[in-house]
Amino acid sequence: MIRFTQVSKRYESGHDALTNVSFIVKKQEMAFLIGRSGAGKSTLLKLITRVENITRGQLLVNDRNIGRITKRQIPGFRREVGVVFQDHKLLHDRTVFDNVALPLVVAGVGHRETSRRVRAALDKVDLLDKERLYPIMLSGGEQQRVGIARAVVNRPPLLLADEPTGNLDPQLSDEIMDIFHQFNQFGVTVLVATHEYRHIDRLGKRVLELDHGRMVRGGNGEEI
Amino acid sequence: MIGYFLRHAQVLLASLGQLARAPGSTVMTVCAIGITLALPTLLYLMVDNIKSMSHSWQGRPQVSVFLKQHVSTEGIESLQRNLLQRAEIKSSQLITSDQALEEFKKQSGFGRALDLLGENPLPASIVIQFNDDHSFPSIVEGLVEELRSRPEVDFAQWDMAWVKRLHVILKLVQRAVIVLATLLGLAVVIIISNTIRLAILNRRDEIEIMKLIGATDRFIRRPFLYGGVIQGLLGALFAVAIVIVCLKLLDGPVVELLDLYRGTFTASGVTGRTFSLLLAAGSGLGWLAARAAVGRYLRQIEPK
Repeated sequence: MIRFTQVSKRYESGHDALTNVSFIVKKQEMAFLIGRSGAGKSTLLKLITRVENITRGQLLVNDRNIGRITKRQIPGFRREVGVVFQDHKLLHDRTVFDNVALPLVVAGVGHRETSRRVRAALDKVDLLDKERLYPIMLSGGEQQRVGIARAVVNRPPLLLADEPTGNLDPQLSDEIMDIFHQFNQFGVTVLVATHEYRHIDRLGKRVLELDHGRMVRGGNGEEI
Repeated sequence: MIGYFLRHAQVLLASLGQLARAPGSTVMTVCAIGITLALPTLLYLMVDNIKSMSHSWQGRPQVSVFLKQHVSTEGIESLQRNLLQRAEIKSSQLITSDQALEEFKKQSGFGRALDLLGENPLPASIVIQFNDDHSFPSIVEGLVEELRSRPEVDFAQWDMAWVKRLHVILKLVQRAVIVLATLLGLAVVIIISNTIRLAILNRRDEIEIMKLIGATDRFIRRPFLYGGVIQGLLGALFAVAIVIVCLKLLDGPVVELLDLYRGTFTASGVTGRTFSLLLAAGSGLGWLAARAAVGRYLRQIEPK
């Protein structure tokens, strides 16, 4: 599902964000990506979603060589990957329903099917009764759940989360992680970047650890 | 297919909503476009009306062909038939040498003196009238040159130099209208481009999110293109209103002026053709401006 082979990323400024990173996340696996701030977690996720391109090495996602996909192919590829952000990235002038529907609208899914899938996604994150509200009317945890619903509404085989519980209290944070766990149990491959070791202990999933742009744990093709 | 049109209709409504949410800037942009489009339209209508006026006046181009003395009646008739077969000629009137003499006698008062000459010195002539669509100086001059070279023709003349001058002036003004329209069209493109640029910058976060969830550039571009076209269309409608009001204001003085020359000309206003042209120009320029702005600024917005 995700295969990094000797991947390096150097920004234009000359900063080496990742150096010779190699690891595999298998299909339907759930893994945590940990490391201190600046370790390269966000860069790694950006490489997977092709927000940034690799400088060296090979990166395969869903059997696609991400380093070689053309600019035109990027939107189609991104629809296959659901992403949850720490700052939710919701549109505040649209309702919860419209925010969640966005990936389906972009993909050209019909109106009826969109309604059905949005409601199903909102049901999974327990927000069905708040579909007409605007994000500003929701709590931080609820906003994050809207972000998760938006990430999964297109039924992507791969779900990425970048510090999804960064701004939440421990109880809400556990609830969010449980949602990811549930999706993984439904067969979705999940990679969560976090610095909260608590979740790793609680859920007992595989850990990939980055330190100063190098994979120091769980890498080198090592699998669970 | 229905889904495709439905999506476009949704984008169109969303674009209208976006414009309605910023009424101040929308109205200002539409007014600027309207004034910019109205100026060349007014000039165009003025030139068009002057052209029509020049055709409707008695000064319509007319060529007199004076024939050589020895030309037979058959020769004259053959020349006349030949002339009438040409698309640019509306009518031709033969004035025989006897008719010419009679007329000269009446108008000059030298009747008795002419009787003393013994023979009629005046030649037969053909007076040619042109169709309105072909009364351009170049066509008339071409025909005069051609007639002069014919063996039966002694002399052919078109002595309405003022019509020629008017046509030259109108040609000049027409060119000026084209140059002005091009420059003002460019101004419309700049105005709309700037509005769209601001709209793109205001929606930077939204565009970033759209790109992150897999929206194509075409999908993101669409509402901005609709926005440009709508503003262009509204601007064109405003331009039509300006032109109608201006023509109404000018109508009175023009009628007074024509009365002085005993003219019966009716000025043409915004016709269906002008209206359609303005709408097409407004929407076309709006689309072009939006395309240029979106193409330029969308590339600069990438997810971070």
